[in-house]
Amino acid sequence: MAFKNLMEYLAWLYYQYLLVTGIYVLEPWEKSIFNSLLFSAVAMVIYTSYVFVPIHVRLALEFFSAICGGQPESTMALMN
Amino acid sequence: METLTHPDQNGLKCKDIHICHNTTQIHVGGPGVTSGQHRQEDFEKAPMHVAVLTYLGFGIVTLFGYFRDFLRAVGLEKRNLAQEREEQKEFVPLYQDFENFYTRNLYMRVRDNWNRPLCSLPGPVIDLMERVSDDYNWTFRLTGRTIHNVINMGSYNYLGFAENTADYLETVADKARHYGVGVCSTRQETGTLDIHVELEYLVARFLGVESSMVFGMGFATNSMNIPALVGKGCLILSDELNHTSLILGARLSGATIKVFKHNDMAYLEKELRDSICSGQPRTHRPWRKILIMVEGIYSMEGSVVRLPELIALKKRYKACLYLDEAHSIGAVGPGGRGVTELFGVNPADVDVMMGTFTKSFGAAGGYIAGKKELVDYLRSRSHSAMYTSSMSPPIAEQIIRAIKCITGHDGSTEGIKRIRQLAENTRYFRAKVKKMGFIIYGNDDSPVVPILLYMPGKVVAFAREMLERKIAVVVVGFPATPITEARARFCMSAAHTKDMLDEVLHHLDEVGDTLGLKFSRRK
Repeated sequence: MAFKNLMEYLAWLYYQYLLVTGIYVLEPWEKSIFNSLLFSAVAMVIYTSYVFVPIHVRLALEFFSAICGGQPESTMALMN
Repeated sequence: METLTHPDQNGLKCKDIHICHNTTQIHVGGPGVTSGQHRQEDFEKAPMHVAVLTYLGFGIVTLFGYFRDFLRAVGLEKRNLAQEREEQKEFVPLYQDFENFYTRNLYMRVRDNWNRPLCSLPGPVIDLMERVSDDYNWTFRLTGRTIHNVINMGSYNYLGFAENTADYLETVADKARHYGVGVCSTRQETGTLDIHVELEYLVARFLGVESSMVFGMGFATNSMNIPALVGKGCLILSDELNHTSLILGARLSGATIKVFKHNDMAYLEKELRDSICSGQPRTHRPWRKILIMVEGIYSMEGSVVRLPELIALKKRYKACLYLDEAHSIGAVGPGGRGVTELFGVNPADVDVMMGTFTKSFGAAGGYIAGKKELVDYLRSRSHSAMYTSSMSPPIAEQIIRAIKCITGHDGSTEGIKRIRQLAENTRYFRAKVKKMGFIIYGNDDSPVVPILLYMPGKVVAFAREMLERKIAVVVVGFPATPITEARARFCMSAAHTKDMLDEVLHHLDEVGDTLGLKFSRRK
């Protein structure tokens, strides 16, 4: 399908979203309710991941590096 | 690969019937059909994500349905549909079951796609009355405008006999002038006219059987005659996709009903063996009669019955066969004589042949045909013969002229041209639609083409988009089909020209891309 510009492509994507989730058959105010609920849920997911994912990743890396490389380090330190 | 054992009693050879497990191939032998012709019937399954998204769509709309019901119960919203009165609040609730919930909250939102009023002949192009709704489909109003020349892909007009050219309808007009339109009686009283006798003779000769009887209504033919043929103590084995009229007739008769999987001959044989061994429900006496009920073409799937195997089975287990050729008479077979001609089977092997005149003949009514004793019995015992009024004379004449046209007895080649045109249209349309990437069900010879749409939003959007492009299609959803398999059903007609089909295919391609309907993985 040829899309003349980005706006048309985004409009088609929105249409697909409406069709696939079944929102297409609802009245406009119901569509707005569902869209706002979904948007707020997605926004919360993004915010939580922004706040917590780096910390979790760093802790996980420390945990695993402590298991693998941790043993030789401590015995060397004792011997020194 | 399975082969039926003991085939020689009915004359069919063992090698003529084999069932392959991956795709269903019916290897057909017999005089009218070239042997070595395989009929492919496939029912491709959709990709997994489509099924998941269909359930998701239904789930979300159901949640909103509960929300709206809550608003109506609390009083924040006006109630438009039926509900109990104040005085009945302590009684058993009438409107709480799923069917009413579904009607209120899903069907009502989208019902502008059904019951669209026409104002022309239901031919290859039709005129629709424009209809708008101001309150989201609770009420409609007609604007007064007409949408002209909409290509009609929904009418069962297989051979194009829904026509109004004056010279074709001359005999029909003569009969209307001679007999009037109403018969004002039942068949048993003063309702049997000479035109009915002529019609019954012609129908019997057309089908290749001894005798036939015609009735005024196709649904009533099934539902009123099956109770006359079977009763308590009989067994009915009915295909799972049978039409409501067959199911209603079976239930009214009081016989024991067992359902077998669609076109699955191994399952049917096992059911037959088990039923015959165990006998009637409590007394274990042998069954008085065993009736296998199938249809020639199943209208929602487009699949064709496996007639040679069924006849072999019925002869082996001494059952009777009831074949409902509502959609297949006139539409399949090289001479338009239905599935018996398609498979090259002797019509005398089918015990009760039933069909309707609504589809290929452009009239109304139904027939039952078979041996003379059977039809004479039905003349006196059937409810339809005793209580319903007989067929109207102009309609009977329309069927007579249609039969004469198909068989060539009116002296022209119009009939055979139409049959060939229908077969060619079917093949062309099916091949093109499959190549485009849609999932379609059914046999390659069947003029009914169901295109699977699956998701409820897409079903509705499809119907509306096609109407905007001036193509009228019939979409079918939940109660008539399984909930995850909504479809659009295209009916081919001999009256469709290749240009019309090309236009429909072009628009179908565009709409398929816009809505994302090309699910097939077999490109």
